[in-house]
Amino acid sequence: MLASLLQHGAGTAGHAAVAAGAAAEAFGPATAGWLLAVPLLPLAAWVVQILVGRWLPRQGDWLPTGAMGAAAVIAIWHFVKVLALHDPEFDLAAAVELPRWKFFFSDPSLTTGLAGFSAGILYDNVSAALLAMVALVSFLVHLFSVGYMQGDSRYNVFFSNLALFTFAMLALVISDNLLFFFVFWEIMGLCSYLLIGHLAADRKEPKMSAAWASMKAFMTTRIGDICLFIGMMMMWKAFGTLSFRELYAAVEAHVAGHGGDWSPWLTGAGIMMFLGAVGKSAQFPLHVWLPDAMEGPTPVSAMIHAATMVAAGVYLTARIYLLLSPTAQLVVACVGGFTALFAATIGITQFDIKKVLAWSTISQLGYMICAIGAGGVAAGLFHMLTHAFFKACLFLGSGSVIHGCHHEQDMRKMGGLRKKMPITYLAMLVSTLAISGVPLFAGYYSKDTIIAKALERGLAEGGLIWALPFWLLVVAAAITSFYMFRLIFMTFHGRPRAHCSEHAHESPWTMTVPLIVLGTLAVLGGKFWLLDPLGAFSAGGEWFTELVHDPVHFVDHETAHHAHLTAMGWSLAAAGGGIFLSCLFYLWRRLDPARVAAALGACYRLVYDKYRFDELYLATVVRGSLVVSHLAAWLDRTFVDGLVNAVGRIMAGLGTASAATDRVVVDGAVNFVGEATAAAGQRLRRLQTGRIQQYAYFTFAGAVVLAAVVLYRVF
Amino acid sequence: MELSAYLAVAALLFLIGLVMVAARRNLIYVLMGLELILNAANLNLVAFNRFRPEGMEGHLDGQIGAVFVIILAAAEAAIALAIVLNIHSLFETIRPDDIDTLKD
Amino acid sequence: MLTDHLLSLITFLPLVGMVLILLIPKDRLGAIRWTAAAATGVTLALSCWLWFGPFDAAIGGIQLRESAPWIPAFNIHYTMGVDGLSLPLVFLSALIHFVAVFASWNIKKQAKGYFALLMLLEVGVNGVFLALDFFLFYVFWEIMLLPMYFLIGIWGGERREYAAIKFFLYTLAGSVLMLVALVAIWLKSGGMSGGTFDLLVLQEMARNWAADPSTFLGMKFTTWIFWFLFIGFAIKIPVFPFHTWLPDAHVQAPTPISVILAGILLKLGAYGMLRINFPLAPDAFHHFAYALAVLGAINIVYGAYVAMGQTDFKRMVAYSSVSHMGYFLLGAAAWTFTGLNGATLQLFTHGTSSAMLFLIVGVVYDRLHHRNLNDFGGLGKRMPYYMGLSIVGMFAALGLPGLSGFISEAMTLMGSYQVYPVLVIVSTLGILMTAAFLLYAIQRVFLGPLPEKYESVPDINGREAFCMIPFAFLCVLVGVLPSLILDKMGPTLELLRDQLAAVVGG
Repeated sequence: MLASLLQHGAGTAGHAAVAAGAAAEAFGPATAGWLLAVPLLPLAAWVVQILVGRWLPRQGDWLPTGAMGAAAVIAIWHFVKVLALHDPEFDLAAAVELPRWKFFFSDPSLTTGLAGFSAGILYDNVSAALLAMVALVSFLVHLFSVGYMQGDSRYNVFFSNLALFTFAMLALVISDNLLFFFVFWEIMGLCSYLLIGHLAADRKEPKMSAAWASMKAFMTTRIGDICLFIGMMMMWKAFGTLSFRELYAAVEAHVAGHGGDWSPWLTGAGIMMFLGAVGKSAQFPLHVWLPDAMEGPTPVSAMIHAATMVAAGVYLTARIYLLLSPTAQLVVACVGGFTALFAATIGITQFDIKKVLAWSTISQLGYMICAIGAGGVAAGLFHMLTHAFFKACLFLGSGSVIHGCHHEQDMRKMGGLRKKMPITYLAMLVSTLAISGVPLFAGYYSKDTIIAKALERGLAEGGLIWALPFWLLVVAAAITSFYMFRLIFMTFHGRPRAHCSEHAHESPWTMTVPLIVLGTLAVLGGKFWLLDPLGAFSAGGEWFTELVHDPVHFVDHETAHHAHLTAMGWSLAAAGGGIFLSCLFYLWRRLDPARVAAALGACYRLVYDKYRFDELYLATVVRGSLVVSHLAAWLDRTFVDGLVNAVGRIMAGLGTASAATDRVVVDGAVNFVGEATAAAGQRLRRLQTGRIQQYAYFTFAGAVVLAAVVLYRVF
Repeated sequence: MELSAYLAVAALLFLIGLVMVAARRNLIYVLMGLELILNAANLNLVAFNRFRPEGMEGHLDGQIGAVFVIILAAAEAAIALAIVLNIHSLFETIRPDDIDTLKD
Repeated sequence: MLTDHLLSLITFLPLVGMVLILLIPKDRLGAIRWTAAAATGVTLALSCWLWFGPFDAAIGGIQLRESAPWIPAFNIHYTMGVDGLSLPLVFLSALIHFVAVFASWNIKKQAKGYFALLMLLEVGVNGVFLALDFFLFYVFWEIMLLPMYFLIGIWGGERREYAAIKFFLYTLAGSVLMLVALVAIWLKSGGMSGGTFDLLVLQEMARNWAADPSTFLGMKFTTWIFWFLFIGFAIKIPVFPFHTWLPDAHVQAPTPISVILAGILLKLGAYGMLRINFPLAPDAFHHFAYALAVLGAINIVYGAYVAMGQTDFKRMVAYSSVSHMGYFLLGAAAWTFTGLNGATLQLFTHGTSSAMLFLIVGVVYDRLHHRNLNDFGGLGKRMPYYMGLSIVGMFAALGLPGLSGFISEAMTLMGSYQVYPVLVIVSTLGILMTAAFLLYAIQRVFLGPLPEKYESVPDINGREAFCMIPFAFLCVLVGVLPSLILDKMGPTLELLRDQLAAVVGG
């Protein structure tokens, strides 16, 4: 049963050999060098920028941007080669000799434990696509930042951090083992900390809220990171390897060895590793950091939300999918589905343009996670890619709006920007259509696949609990299209509602070019239908799902096709319903959102306050830790140190006592003799007046006495 | 004359000398008192020699002793006066009561 | 030729420096400082040369051995040697003392005595790392104690006498226990008829002791010496509950002394455990390993929590040392190859990162004359370079990948997880809290608005940067290329692990 579930594709050995030969032809021996150059270029840029960036012309902004551009070219060039191969089983390691780095111990004679560990490059269809996407989006964000961050007091620092961030993500994508994955994962954590807190160290007006947000982001994700580390240790203890490929094989063998049953600890390890993704991809319950991360400059938000940080969580979940037991998969699917809906509801109520986008990101990440949990690894990754395009576009667009409105972020003060910022408007509209799942746009294809996969899995497993993800996603889809169009209508339609939006202006080319590129990708990134417009509506043909196959198929082809149609129907209905409702409220103004909010009362407040999770965590986790730490410090001061001091005092007391005994008894006797002598002397010395005449008296008196004694024998 | 007469004069001299040594407030007088005491002793010596017992004629022990004492007294006076001079230059007084550093 | 006595040179060159300093008139400050710098600098150069030159990483055992009879009546020898365990620590000691001289540049009060004592301290520390005769080891151990007492007690802060006496008494208590063990071991090894202090010989003998079932007051001989030695070394590490001298000593000590204390003195206890304590009582160690691991976990978590509760910057850093040294104990107790390497590497990485943290505290204390975390803020605006270096130091301390702390902590945890999974999972709480208090410190010191009163604070000067940059460089270098050190340590530690396994049959 399980063996059939775990079969990878349908290729025979002969087919694989042919494919490897083709791959070897396409990728020369220098490929490893080129691939390593992709992350190393931004790394080099970072090193230069951090050391001498300040003294370079234009504070060196061209350096990371240029390096990113070059990296993007290399990544895309290789990705095109991979596309051309069109081999679902493509793996560079099978075709070309790849270098390995014996990281901990370079001495080859040492092989015990981690000494046997070596890191290598993983370049298959997924990494290829992701590498190209990350490099491209990061390059565009860099370009956008050149315009957006102009005049920032730490301009050079910003670019260096951005470069390091990109390096970490690019390196993570091509890591072939959990440990290096974790390393770059954490470096991203550092970069997100530095970038979210960028304005907290601003030389002109430092923002304390940014400091708190950055710390919150780092700490929250670190909780997840530690869980990932624990999961990693569990795997390492059991199988003695950290390489993804070896782990897949080891787990498969382990499960097969136990008669197809998954050991409970494997489920536990899977969930622990997944918790890492929960932290990084801001899934419930570790989602709280992401909305606050909006304190960072907008390009950073785009970077975190589209290309790097949160995508890493999804990528991790996809990479460890084969290590997840069915129970763990259910957990993953339910967490994802719940997050998708949960975050979407909050998105409705927010007014800050970036906050709305932040919640929409959490919600969309929920989709991806849910898809992977449901077995649709390809679907989840596909959505991650398309989402990267349109979410980056939305964030950069919002950045453009904020830039145009002189750093106003409240949508209630915007409106009517359509005419003043046409390029921004168009790019954002296209992206909104994509995120809502409107046909022809990229998001439609990926989202549709996700919902279909959730349905498939629900059908395959049966039961209520496995049906849950599908319905959660459908409802979330409706809400998504509602709040996204709310954003568009409030920002770009109607009349300007405040001074700042009246004087808005379109942004410079460095900011609009990325918007145009990303907007185009938001349209065509899912399926390139320009050459074949009719094919846009037929099922199948998406480049990504053709390139990347799910490792496990739960239903047969017939059922899958059927499920796909049902899902498409539901998702179209949800999207349409959402958009329609949004028009009613915000475009045609037939309904007044304020009155609906008032009618909902406390419910609305609760959602508006993000279900008060911040307060909950503040009261429990944060306060709890602080109380414990103060308690510990107090204990240490009073008890542990007190004990030491008490011992010290007792010792000192004993010393005093023994000294006293010594003084009174032993020394006393000696001293008594001495003192008695001294006292006698004291008395007698009064006789010694120093007057010679007196002495003469005494002499005479003595003589008289002596005479008396001698003469009369008186004594 | 009786021996006792000599002795009485010598005792008187001794007493006067003793009182001078004990009571005078000037070191010079104290020294003079000392001289009187010594001379009282001399008188006794000479007197006892004069009234020596039978069989001791020809012995001049008393006189010789007296001569020794006179020489001693002269030497003593010279040293004592020198000391007094030094005391005077050191303490700027020759009152014996003021000079009590001997007690320490 | 030079290599024959290289280890003695490394140990006693600072003594030459001390004598020279004592010959210089006390008002010639410049000459005194430069003599100190030269003496420590040459020592550093020699230890670098030792690292890259004559030391052969492929040999696990002792190298460059020097031996001469010292007190023949008791069979005491002057025996020195180096292996993969002591090599990184000797280098670290030389580096930290060299930097400490420059960090002490501002000391004016009785500078002659200060630098002379500093030199003597280095003699003691280097000697402890290189001595292979237990008696010699003990002598160096005591030599090191004395200058430390005066350096804290004379050049310290307001409560320096209290701190110095506390330090002295604590360490002396440990020394006394060690002395008792020393004598017991000597008698056990034969006493006046053939007794020895040679650690390598004793290690061989220890196998027989382990097999000896006779007891004294209900405990085996090895159990007795194990606990005596353990407490002696644990005080130095310091292991909970013997840690309270550390924060007081750190807070009162002048910056360079704190750097030395955290950077290298704490490692002596750990080194003693690996060199003497565990090999001489292998069965007892095996028997009590779990207790040691529990202590390690307590150190990690408890230290981190207590650090979080501090408002004094330096106290916080001091408690972070308590937490970080817990990793050593945990990894050493696990005694797996990975855990042992991680624990030993932790000594090095903590040496660099904690030295940096104390330098960081020193910089801010020199400028603002207080250490109250709640009274800083916004310094990043006036001191951007300082903030950059601080972030490197703090993130190295909190175990960020790419910096040295991560390598050692990850190896320790992964190695220990093989043996004590529950304890490791509990310890991860410490990682979290470490991140929390360090970030909270960064926030309170560097971020936010700059108070008016700190408007004219200057950024770090060249000398301070010169002190910090070697450590920052090492943090990055070891984080990226851990094999530079691990390759040197690996063979020795594998040998060590196998030796113990041979005794306990594990």
